[in-house]
Amino acid sequence: MTDPSTAAAATSFLFGRLSWQSLPFHEPILVATFAVVATGGIALVGAITWFRLWGYLWREWFTSVDHKKIGIMYMVLGIVMLLRGFADAIMMRLQQAMAFGGSEGYLPAHHYDQIFTAHGVIMIFFVAMPLVTGIMNFVVPLQIGARDVSFPFLNNFSFWMTVGGAVLVMMSLFVGEFAKTGWLAYPPLSGITYSPDVGVDYYIWGLQIAGVGTTLSGINLLCTIVKMRAPGMTMMRLPVFTWTSLCTNVLIVAAFPVLTAVLAMLALDRYVGTNFFTNDFGGNPMMYVNLIWIWGHPEVYILILPAFGIFSEVTSTFSGKRLFGYTSMVYATVVITVLSYLVWLHHFFTMGSGASVNSFFGITTMIISIPTGAKMFNWLFTMYRGRIRFELPMMWTLAFMLTFVIGGMTGVLLAVPPADFVLHNSLFLVAHFHNVIIGGVLFGLFAGISFWFPKAFGFKLDPFWGKLSFWFWVTGFYAAFMPLYVLGLMGVTRRLRVFDDPSLQIWFVIAGFGAFLIALGILSFLIQIGVSIMRREQLRDTTGDPWDARTLEWATSSPPPAYNFAFTPVVHDNDAWWDMKERGYRRPLAGFKPIHMPKNTPTGVILAALSVALGFGLVWYIWWLAALSFVAILAVAIAHTFDYHQSFDIPADEVARTEEARTRLIAEGARA
Amino acid sequence: MTSVATATTAGEAPVFHLEDEHAHAEGGSTMLGFWVYLMSDCLIFAMLFAAYGVLGGNFAAGPAPKDLFDLPLVALNTAMLLFSSITYGFAMLAMARGQVRPTQLWLAVTALFGLAFLSIELYEFHHMIAEGATPQRSAFLSAFFTLVGTHGLHVTFGLIWLVTLMVQLGRYGLIAANRRRLMCLSLFWHFLDVIWIGVFTVVYLLGMLR
Amino acid sequence: MSTDVHAAAADAPHAHHDAAEPHGSLKGYVIGFALSVVLTAIPFWLVMGGVFASPTATAIVVLGFAIVQIVVHMVFFLHMNARSEGGWTMLALIFTIIIVVIALTGSLWVMYHLNVNMMPGHDMSQMP
Repeated sequence: MTDPSTAAAATSFLFGRLSWQSLPFHEPILVATFAVVATGGIALVGAITWFRLWGYLWREWFTSVDHKKIGIMYMVLGIVMLLRGFADAIMMRLQQAMAFGGSEGYLPAHHYDQIFTAHGVIMIFFVAMPLVTGIMNFVVPLQIGARDVSFPFLNNFSFWMTVGGAVLVMMSLFVGEFAKTGWLAYPPLSGITYSPDVGVDYYIWGLQIAGVGTTLSGINLLCTIVKMRAPGMTMMRLPVFTWTSLCTNVLIVAAFPVLTAVLAMLALDRYVGTNFFTNDFGGNPMMYVNLIWIWGHPEVYILILPAFGIFSEVTSTFSGKRLFGYTSMVYATVVITVLSYLVWLHHFFTMGSGASVNSFFGITTMIISIPTGAKMFNWLFTMYRGRIRFELPMMWTLAFMLTFVIGGMTGVLLAVPPADFVLHNSLFLVAHFHNVIIGGVLFGLFAGISFWFPKAFGFKLDPFWGKLSFWFWVTGFYAAFMPLYVLGLMGVTRRLRVFDDPSLQIWFVIAGFGAFLIALGILSFLIQIGVSIMRREQLRDTTGDPWDARTLEWATSSPPPAYNFAFTPVVHDNDAWWDMKERGYRRPLAGFKPIHMPKNTPTGVILAALSVALGFGLVWYIWWLAALSFVAILAVAIAHTFDYHQSFDIPADEVARTEEARTRLIAEGARA
Repeated sequence: MTSVATATTAGEAPVFHLEDEHAHAEGGSTMLGFWVYLMSDCLIFAMLFAAYGVLGGNFAAGPAPKDLFDLPLVALNTAMLLFSSITYGFAMLAMARGQVRPTQLWLAVTALFGLAFLSIELYEFHHMIAEGATPQRSAFLSAFFTLVGTHGLHVTFGLIWLVTLMVQLGRYGLIAANRRRLMCLSLFWHFLDVIWIGVFTVVYLLGMLR
Repeated sequence: MSTDVHAAAADAPHAHHDAAEPHGSLKGYVIGFALSVVLTAIPFWLVMGGVFASPTATAIVVLGFAIVQIVVHMVFFLHMNARSEGGWTMLALIFTIIIVVIALTGSLWVMYHLNVNMMPGHDMSQMP
């Protein structure tokens, strides 16, 4: 048991344990990074100021409760954080490719340990989660024919809390340090005895703040899908992406509280000196491992299910066919949702719970591959005898199908407990989960981005740079991770910084080369966006339906108006928009009515900013700041509930003007 | 969901949009949303119960439930919470009749019972800590203080919310938004009751049997 | 046909709104309160009075009372039924109960086996 009061004694009232020594001036890599980030940041702020964009950004974006804008902001957050997470990845690859034959590489141990922790945390919580949430936020209300989500203010607040968590994690780069524990911060290593520094505290409060946002956004989207569907859209007429989003949000609501509780207990161990996960006084570190995986396993399905939904939409659209086996797809998704709570122990077979426990969880893990396999066949049968168009989203889907099957196979292999005893914590495992997360989630997100980008912005993404990005990503992925399977089978464990056996080096060099290819893939993706913006007139989508697609979001204009649909659509078929097109639906041109919409509010930004201050105060033991910001959060939240007028009407003539503009655009497109 | 006849008979043009709509009344998702929130909160408690269940026997050669718990006090505490539950029920009945003052009055009575509950709990905690049974003493005590304390923290936030609502009722009356909020708080308050049933059974009663 | 659609859509939210406001009745609250007092008093009596000789039997009975009381609170105070919100609250509750049961029993099972296998012969209550 550690007495935190002795640690607190060495801190000052005003700054807690924050001092000049906390800033990493002695680390040349960090100083250089800081210089780059600071220059870039100043340039960005300067540019926004120069072009007088602050007011516009504040009014139209930061305070917006429009689900489409919030969705886009989530995507921007995810892509920015992807750059950070990938920078960590390529640094690790470089270190591991170098550190042979007596070389220590270029990263000192305490820095390297922070990098692999930050890479995992950022990629899961601040890349994959925001991108998934962003796509769901943008697409789901459009797909179900709704004007917005159930709780628009909450949506804005959730987004800013996610940003708040990301800000806290990024802050740790230059103020203090990040956790050196691996991405799940297992105790006793993450306990106060072995990690007395601020790293784990940054981890805890960064995730807690983002977790609030994630949970609330889960509740919000869940209610949206249940309550806001257009008339006629029964549950068995929901688009598959909406179904997978529903299940994902059920998982979020049922899994993130677990993370919150577990991290709260870890925080109590660190701050109060309780003994949940300590080695003495009856604490049990393995209880942390057990509990955090009850969150952790559903989490991977939270990420992959929306990707499955995206592939379903893409496959049926670009095969020009109704999705094969809609009902089985839905049931497979629901079965995966429930089963995902029955497999968590496969992450720690080696803990020593014995044969009966391990067999049970091994078998449930193998069972979960069945509904996943069923989905794979559904996609194949959808393509069968379809008129497939090999556009970018479809290419990502095909790459996914190949890659994910490999990842799934190695997963089933790891589900066999005796095999897992050999492969646990090896690079084989690292290769496996990158295989499913990159090959499944990330490829899905790229398919989704290129599929819905024209809906969001009114022009398609440039196909040339997109295909370049695709090929770099796919080849880069295989070059980077197939060697890790080999290394894992040879017994190399994860998170190592230096190696003795020179025969291994070639594999790490190949993996490093793969990471370099992925870097080109990311670069091409960024160039693709830039090029597309410049060529937006040639890439313009005038119809609102550039892919000849099937679901309701394509019934409105690209980009959709603030109110999404001038009249709430009525649904008669699974592929509602396809059905409308088949039966010669004509867009109404008159008779518009005022539309009731939620009002923008700055409360979300304010609350999230105060939460960051609270987190910062807690990390650095600046108790006055923590207390003050906590009271302020309560006060602002209560004050917000006194505002009863959170909506307004878009006047009918404004709706009419917007719709007329669309009519003109469609006519222009038809002439061109 | 609205139920709409969507079967289309041959020859008739199907309807693809609503000309006229009042669908999705404001706050129509609130009750479901709040219920889902409660379910997620329930899982937080489930984890704390799991921690107590696994670690609750690890006394680290320190005090055990039999040395610490005072069941008559717990019974009194339970009574406070039960009374607060039925008085909140009376507040809801007053709300249903559309009477602002009685609603506020019953809310105030509920708040007093809630305060009494918290005071008794704090007294119990203080007493235990004075005896050396601190949260740091053993994993059992860590889990105990965290589980019971989290419940107490929820009651505290419930009280803050309750007072806020009393003010809002006084200012704006029983408008639709306030009725919705009263119903959400009702769910919250009775939900804490349900959690407390788990706490007094698993922590206190079963603890005394260990 | 089209008028049907409009009528149904226009009526639904209002009908819905009323149905979503369950405030119970005086009778319901009083019955619920009386039941919960009884269901609380008996377990306390069982434990404090040492009615059964076997602690295991007492524990099982006490847990049984807790489950019954939770159901009573759900019905009389939280006004749970299969119809509110189109059955979605009930569905959410059932799902949550499943997850809670899985997580609780799973954790206890897993950690019990861990202690049996990895710490044989140790009395966990006295481990420093």
